[in-house]
Amino acid sequence: MKAAVLVFPGSNCDRDMAVALRAAGADVTMVWHKDAVLPEGLDLVAVPGGFSFGDYLRCGAIAAQSPICRALVDHAVRGGFVLGVCNGFQVLTETGLLPGALMRNAGLKFICRTVALEVATRQSDFTSGYEVDRIRIPVAHHDGNYFADPETLARLEGDDLVAFRYLDNPNGSLADIAGILSENRRVLGMMPHPERAVDTGHGGTDGQALFRSLVGALQHV
Amino acid sequence: MKVRVDVMLKDGVLDPQGEAVRHALGALGFAGVEGVRQGKVIELELADGTPESEVGRMCEQLLANTVIESYRIVME
Repeated sequence: MKAAVLVFPGSNCDRDMAVALRAAGADVTMVWHKDAVLPEGLDLVAVPGGFSFGDYLRCGAIAAQSPICRALVDHAVRGGFVLGVCNGFQVLTETGLLPGALMRNAGLKFICRTVALEVATRQSDFTSGYEVDRIRIPVAHHDGNYFADPETLARLEGDDLVAFRYLDNPNGSLADIAGILSENRRVLGMMPHPERAVDTGHGGTDGQALFRSLVGALQHV
Repeated sequence: MKVRVDVMLKDGVLDPQGEAVRHALGALGFAGVEGVRQGKVIELELADGTPESEVGRMCEQLLANTVIESYRIVME
C-alpha cells in the first residue's frame, strides 16, 4: 500500500504519521507542499497535524490553497483515500473535501490530553478494524470545535458519516463530533491523533487499529 | 487603491472570544454590555480600478470561510 504524507511549513506530526503508517505496513513518501504532483500509484494521502503556515488567517486556510492541495483534491475526486488529522482535518474542511468547519474551542483553551472516543461507525476502511466501541486517543488543539449547518449535520447523521464522537466533549463540537467521513467513505478527518497512540511507549495503542484496517484494506493482492 | 474587508462570524455561530471579551468588560465595571462579537479587518492595497467582484472572489476563495463567516467589502 502506497501512502504519501504532506508536509507544510509548520507541520509537526508529519513524521509521527509516517511512523504509524510504516508500522502498519505502508510504503510512505513525504511530499513537500510546493510540489504540484503526487507520486504515481498512491492509495492514500495523509494530511498531518501541526500549525501549517502558523495558523495565519484561519487554521488550514493557507495550506488548503497550496499547489499540493490541488493534487490532493484531484486524488480524492478520483476515489483515492485521504486521512486528515487535527490540522489535517482543518485543511480538509478548508479545501471543501469535508463539510463544516473547525472553530475555536468553546472553552478558549488549547486542550492537550487523552480523551475517550466512541467509534461511531465501523462501515469504513478506516474503522472496520475496531473491535471495541470505546477507545482512548490524544487530542492537542485550539480549534477543534466542529460546526456545520443543520442540513449538513442531518446528512452526516443520516448517512452514517460520523466516524468518531467524544464521550466527554472537550471543545464544544456539534453533536460531540470528533471525526467525519466523506460521502464515498474514503476521506476521514478527525481532530484526535491516532498516530500518537500506536506504540506502548505512547501510553496507549488505540490508534493502531485505524492504520492496520486502512493498510489491510488497501493492500494490493 | 485601498479596500477593506471585514470578516465576522455569522449570526448564530457561537463566538467564544467575543463572549470572553464581554465577560472581561463586565469585570471592569462596564455595565450593560449585552453582546460582543469579534472579527477581523483585512486591508488590501490593490491596483486602481480593481472591481469589487474580484475582491468578492478573494473573500469567497480565501479571506472568509463562508461556512461560518460573513464578509463585507468596503471600497475606500
